[in-house]
Amino acid sequence: MGLSHTTPTSAMFGAPHQESWVTTKLDFLVNWSRAKSLWPMPFGTACCAIEFMATAATRFDLARFGMERMSFSPRQADVLICAGRVPFKLAPVLRRIWQQMPQPKWAISMGACASSGGMFDNYAVVQGIDTIIPVDVYVPGCPPRPEGLLYGIMMLQEKVMREKMSDNTIRNEMEPDPESGLYIPASRIDELSEPFGNSIQQTRSGL
Amino acid sequence: MATKTRTVEVALGTAGVDSDGRAVRTPMTVTENGSVTTLEPPALGAAPELAGEHMLINIGPQHPATHGVLRLVLELDGETVVRCIPHIGYLHCGFEKIGEYRQYNQVIPWTDREDYLNSIGNNVAFSIGAERLFGVEVPPRCTVLRVIAMELSRIISHLVWLGTTCIDLGAFTPFLWSFQERENVYNLLESWVGARLTTSATRVGGMAADIPEGWTDQLRHFIRTFPKTVDECDRMLTKNGIWIGRTTALGVMSANEAINYGLSGPMLRASGVAYDVRKDFPYLDYETYDFDVPVGSNGDVYDRFLVRVEELRQSTRILAQAIDRLPDGPVNSSDHRVILPPKSRAMSDMESMIHHFKQVMEGPRPPIGEVYVPVESPKGEKGYYFVSDGTAKPVRWRIRPPSYVNLSAISKMVEGHLLSDVIAINASIDIVMGEIDR
Amino acid sequence: MLPGSANPGAPAPATPRNLPQRGGEPNPSAAAIAAKFGKSFVRSEVIWGDTNVYIQASAVSEIIRWLHDDATQQYDYLSDVTAVEFRDAEQPLEVVWHLRSLPFRRFLRVKVSLDKRAPLAVDSVWPIYKSANWLERECFDMFGITFTGHPDLRRILMWESYREGYPLRKDFPLRGRFSRAEQLRQALSITTEGRYSMEELSVAQAFEDLPEDMRRRLAGGERTGE
Repeated sequence: MGLSHTTPTSAMFGAPHQESWVTTKLDFLVNWSRAKSLWPMPFGTACCAIEFMATAATRFDLARFGMERMSFSPRQADVLICAGRVPFKLAPVLRRIWQQMPQPKWAISMGACASSGGMFDNYAVVQGIDTIIPVDVYVPGCPPRPEGLLYGIMMLQEKVMREKMSDNTIRNEMEPDPESGLYIPASRIDELSEPFGNSIQQTRSGL
Repeated sequence: MATKTRTVEVALGTAGVDSDGRAVRTPMTVTENGSVTTLEPPALGAAPELAGEHMLINIGPQHPATHGVLRLVLELDGETVVRCIPHIGYLHCGFEKIGEYRQYNQVIPWTDREDYLNSIGNNVAFSIGAERLFGVEVPPRCTVLRVIAMELSRIISHLVWLGTTCIDLGAFTPFLWSFQERENVYNLLESWVGARLTTSATRVGGMAADIPEGWTDQLRHFIRTFPKTVDECDRMLTKNGIWIGRTTALGVMSANEAINYGLSGPMLRASGVAYDVRKDFPYLDYETYDFDVPVGSNGDVYDRFLVRVEELRQSTRILAQAIDRLPDGPVNSSDHRVILPPKSRAMSDMESMIHHFKQVMEGPRPPIGEVYVPVESPKGEKGYYFVSDGTAKPVRWRIRPPSYVNLSAISKMVEGHLLSDVIAINASIDIVMGEIDR
Repeated sequence: MLPGSANPGAPAPATPRNLPQRGGEPNPSAAAIAAKFGKSFVRSEVIWGDTNVYIQASAVSEIIRWLHDDATQQYDYLSDVTAVEFRDAEQPLEVVWHLRSLPFRRFLRVKVSLDKRAPLAVDSVWPIYKSANWLERECFDMFGITFTGHPDLRRILMWESYREGYPLRKDFPLRGRFSRAEQLRQALSITTEGRYSMEELSVAQAFEDLPEDMRRRLAGGERTGE
């Protein structure tokens, strides 16, 4: 505290990417309270939503992880769980819901379709919601079992526990490119959305 | 002892606004035990003219009570719905287009994900249709197993309907009960085909797998325990004043209207039309099972609820009969056009190996033709329409979606009802957006 | 109402077995259409037990109205309206109606061939069957077939401003015409305000009914519906 050339705040909380005793303890407290009581916003569209409901229901009991409070309004939600495929018609809706959520917020992409388009490599489906919103945890499966989703949620809790107040980049909103309205470069989207595996072979018409 | 009173100001929803546009607040005198003693009428200058003003309200596409990504635009006069404009397509994933690029057996995983509450039933429906197109008959054991699959599927679909509808109407407990029973069915399905939800249980000409040992005993146990849950839900809801008050005389469709609007399944039967594909255009030897088709009389939400609950019981009856008659034998047809040769022969016999290779790489080819085979899915008449030009991939794979046609009547059903009743009526249709938008 | 009531002497329905690919007993309605509408009747055939009746596009409304109304036919239930385009580009596009008579327990497939070089248009059966409303809209959305007389023929599954074409046509590639980035850009450029605001809801007269101040605010571009 005796350093006159720094402001009191930076001495107490440390310069960016430096940690002091206060910030680490405060980080722990804040992260702990955030991670153990995440309010999910279920953006359920398809099959994964049914497994999400099963996760919330009797046997798997999402309440054990502090998440029994479903927030159907994005404005009171912490974590967006995108459960199910997202067609292009739904893309602006998903984007709008993400924008309506206040910081801090996280996103879980549940299932193959939300993560990569899955088996729907066609004209209608967004090939991965990470082209629209930033995703923290991808849960594979078609649909994932409830245990899989729970594991993803626990991974998210771990991630939340590792956050630092001094890192002010993690709260940045993803802003669209003013020219194209896209969130990541167009070439990157095309690259991410390329057909993979033998799906090229399977889509030859006329056989 | 004099009762202590206090006066609180409440903003009444109906009192409207004063001339400055502020909500009118009304003084209300409340006794200590909470009962209202006096409620002064709001002092308004002139009664506001509300009759001519219509309001548009948007529900969805992300809304917990629309059962998916349905969007309803309602024009309200006060709280009464004047007009309802449904917007769908938020889950349009191009199933039918993909079907034209896949061999018949490869399409089956898509049928899981189309009406995802009824996955295994869709698998069966697809296979029945494709088998008629190929001209293949399946052995008796396969037929009975498929009946079991369809009825289990009906049960889990109706249970989702029951649970979510109860949540919509403010009852949480049946949701937990019905999902508990769903987990029991999931256990059965998992030990049979290895997946809970997306089963892909059938193939053209047979099943992916026979049931494991001891499976019928587990199913018998389920049949014994399951009716207790149905009875519990029945006891809790059927005579429940709140439930009756929130469901009767809502969304009434007369029998003629229901037929003209193309409703099917429980929606149609609640209106008094005893049309059940299992009885009228049977498949899988349904005519040999002894079961009743529950029929309503009023065609309102309450009747649809009663019909579905009774269907749960009837499905259990069919299941019991199916286990008793389950014959031994193969589950796959012996028709070499669609069924792979046994692995042991494919590895040792040249002919079988070539056959296996051709089957896998090129796929079985049906003759030129077309079939439309309807089945009774939990939502209604579901049909797969195939058109083949003799190649290994269908020219057209059309899904006749029952809840799509059922939902198209929602504008008619909600007209004149209150906003809160729209939720009940929408829930009573038992929509599943994956099937509606495809 | 009991299905099968118009034909009480018929045998109880049973699961069909060993159906022939061609031939078999035709639905009597096919012969009745041929007799009554000789000029508009093209041909009929029986495939896998179901009867197909091909008719002229100009007579759709008339014939289906007759099938619905006539006491000897009573096709009161429209199962499905769809279309089929074949891989052979020369072959005409077919519109298919799946009709069902509940009183007689009959099933009839009515088909119309549309030449692809001419505008794809056919009469709507919405005045006869209300269930045709969304089914025809979907057909329009996916194939671009115009159903004359439909009260509200607009896209239903794709969004209104979808510009890539008609997805189920054979000349439409599986992944769409545009690149993924372009598809996503177009999808995201549908402003949710625009889609959620009252003007967009294609209920223009409802907008007229709104109070003056609300219309003014909306016209000024105020965000609504959030």
